[in-house]
Amino acid sequence: MPIVDLANPSRFLALTARLMPWLIGATVLAFAVGLVMVKGAPDDYQQGATVKIMFIHVPSAWLAMGIWALMAIATFGTLVWRHPLADVAAKAAAPIGAAFTALCLITGMLWGRPMWGTYWVWDARLTSVLVLFLMYLGVIALWRTVEDPSRAARAAAILTLVGALNLPIIKWSVDWWNTLHQPASVVRLAGPAIHPTILMPLLAMAVAFLLLMVTLHLAAMRNEILRRRVRTLMLMQAQAAPGSAS
Amino acid sequence: MNLGPHAAFIVGSYAAAIAIVAGLIAWIAIDHRAQKRRLETLEARGVTRRSERAS
Repeated sequence: MPIVDLANPSRFLALTARLMPWLIGATVLAFAVGLVMVKGAPDDYQQGATVKIMFIHVPSAWLAMGIWALMAIATFGTLVWRHPLADVAAKAAAPIGAAFTALCLITGMLWGRPMWGTYWVWDARLTSVLVLFLMYLGVIALWRTVEDPSRAARAAAILTLVGALNLPIIKWSVDWWNTLHQPASVVRLAGPAIHPTILMPLLAMAVAFLLLMVTLHLAAMRNEILRRRVRTLMLMQAQAAPGSAS
Repeated sequence: MNLGPHAAFIVGSYAAAIAIVAGLIAWIAIDHRAQKRRLETLEARGVTRRSERAS
């Protein structure tokens, strides 16, 4: 099947229906493997067992940024080609991104209290991730405020592109400013600074979270396509009603 | 598994992850059921898309 055929919502729904059981199975398996590896991972020589929080905090942080990047890419489909499936992808991704950003913030606070002595500091990394969370809420609110999906998509696309400027700030905030948050220890030019016994479970959990995100996103896209069909049918019903203007 | 003196923070983190992921799954499942039901109700009333009428 040519890739362009997937841009057809009906074909997309058919493909999603076929893929979904496999994706759910792969996600459950990946989490089972990841959690077994987490259980067997040693404590950190400085942080003790609290390093186990990293196995959910870091994948959540990666997804928080990755989902906004995905939304930013989808906006090109909206603004350049005006393709409805691009709107659907961006709209469906926003609540999932907000949830993973919230998880990143919550686990970060729960990790910060025993390690830093505080749940929160207004340093560049924490603040820029909080800004990302607020921008997710802003995009969700925008989608819900504007009734016409195509108009909402264009407004949300502009906000998404503006918000994408925050992504490099989040990534390099720990290098540009003096922050309480530690510098990058996995994705860095010199290679990971984490011992393989901790790095491997982290990567396994990252794969599990990625599969979870893909599964949830496809399911949410399917719902959004159905919602638009319902809206179209309701408009048709209203137009066909006796006494309507048309 | 000994989680040491900060066990509450570790357990709290994993509980938050379970709650948030469960919430996302529930929201998507409930939304899916609601959209399917609305679509079926409209189609039962004879409101269908042009592409479906043609086929």
